[in-house]
Amino acid sequence: MAAIVEFDHVFFRYPEATENILCDICLSFEKGSFTAVLGHNGSGKSTLAKHMNGILLPTEGTVRVSGLPTTDEEKLLDIRHTVGMVFQNPDNQIVANVVEEDVAFAPENLGVPSEEIRQRVDDALRQVGMYEYRLHAPHLLSGGQKQRVAIAGVLAMQPELIVLDEPTAMLDPQGRKEVISTIERLCRDRGITVILITHHMDECIHADRLIVMSNGGIAADGSPAEIFSHIDEMEREGLDVPETVRMIHDLNEDGYDLSYSALQAEACAEEIATAILRRRAVWQS
Amino acid sequence: MLKDITLGQYFPGNTVIHRLDPRTKLIFVLLYIIALFNAKGWAANGVMIAVTLLSMAISHISLKNIFKGLKPMMFIIALTALLNLFYTQGTPIREGWIITWEGIERSVKMMLRITLLITGTFLLTYTTSPMALTDGLERLMNPLKKLHVPVHEMTLMMSMALRFIPTLIEETDKIMSAQKARGADFETGNLIERAKALLPILVPLFVSAFRRADELAVAMESRCYHGGEGRTRLKQLHFTGIDFVALFLGLLLVAGIFVLKHYGL
Repeated sequence: MAAIVEFDHVFFRYPEATENILCDICLSFEKGSFTAVLGHNGSGKSTLAKHMNGILLPTEGTVRVSGLPTTDEEKLLDIRHTVGMVFQNPDNQIVANVVEEDVAFAPENLGVPSEEIRQRVDDALRQVGMYEYRLHAPHLLSGGQKQRVAIAGVLAMQPELIVLDEPTAMLDPQGRKEVISTIERLCRDRGITVILITHHMDECIHADRLIVMSNGGIAADGSPAEIFSHIDEMEREGLDVPETVRMIHDLNEDGYDLSYSALQAEACAEEIATAILRRRAVWQS
Repeated sequence: MLKDITLGQYFPGNTVIHRLDPRTKLIFVLLYIIALFNAKGWAANGVMIAVTLLSMAISHISLKNIFKGLKPMMFIIALTALLNLFYTQGTPIREGWIITWEGIERSVKMMLRITLLITGTFLLTYTTSPMALTDGLERLMNPLKKLHVPVHEMTLMMSMALRFIPTLIEETDKIMSAQKARGADFETGNLIERAKALLPILVPLFVSAFRRADELAVAMESRCYHGGEGRTRLKQLHFTGIDFVALFLGLLLVAGIFVLKHYGL
């Protein structure tokens, strides 16, 4: 599959700083995939995100979006059109007093004709389940709802890739659930490439690929099952593993042989149930 | 306490006045203000009251909401009335008193004028969404772009400011509670002491406002904002029949008031 974003030996440090925030990053993200980027505070994961649409430019190396280097001023608008970005604080990315006007902001900037804007806005709001709220004032919505409006605002731009920089960090559990299920649906049903930056492990279990960042470099890169099976390494990075992984790990230490691919609660319960039945069968014979 | 501010508030609705083009409403309010300041006699003032009440009735805005908006202005209205009452020359109402018949008349008219002025402008903001209002303003001032006046930037700033009023009010409430929890006292002491007590609110408020502005700018750029050039709008503005009727009525009002003024009514 074609790569949509490529990092080629990217280094980044702020001017006059001596320490690299990103250190020799080589990555490529494929179209249609759902990637989660994990890391504790200061691991460089937000900086990585800000390189994907040219908000920050690499000190060394190149970042390419659909083959275009982000340093190309002329193409910056195309790059930002390709890569939509959702930020942590929903309050600071909503620009209008009415939900639908805010969602219309990006297509308005792109000079889309008004009938098509109308259509895109309605579509985007339906996709995130906020259509009934289109005439509401954003400040009266809950955090999760605001964040879904922000996602709709990016969707209306019709990007190929959506980067979400800790979209759930300021939300309550209910809001987190709403946002994460919206993101998953967009990727699975709409084929939009998603890169989710987070420090919540349990938000990553649905991802196709997991990248763990540490001190500006990549500590691990692989499928969630692969990465979570190295539970000790994860803990060395200061990251918690999902509850299900912890349980599987503890049971395996007690002599069970469970697969780390069962990350969702139901799948995990099933895996454990079959293992118990297997054991019982062994004892009885 | 801070939630009572009605500035820039909008009551959604679907009346004729709500549906008017924002440019029409802006021009109409301008004409209304011109008429108001030329209404000298009682007849003219009566016309202005009638027009205002009629607009309120058509737009379904209740007197209660108007009073809510007037409340913060009460002090100014009362002060103007008092000054006019005591400082107008003429025939005293009783031998030796300062208060004159002319003074009473002027202070009543003054109160009426300020009240109508505020009511008229409130009717505009109550029936027009801030987005539509700034949009209309931008379109009206469009010719100024030729003189390199940054019309788009000005109106964008205005709508952003309106957008962030509730957010910043919420934030102020939060900071006040936090400072109160740590023993800050905003209610006692003289004026200077109380003003000083506000400092621990203003500093964090400003810091956070700047951080917000920074994040907002990045978010706007991420959504392809690149100035006003080549922008389209979700809601295209266009004049319809009722807009021309409304503008005609506005002009008629101004003409009528000038006629009344000419005859000293």
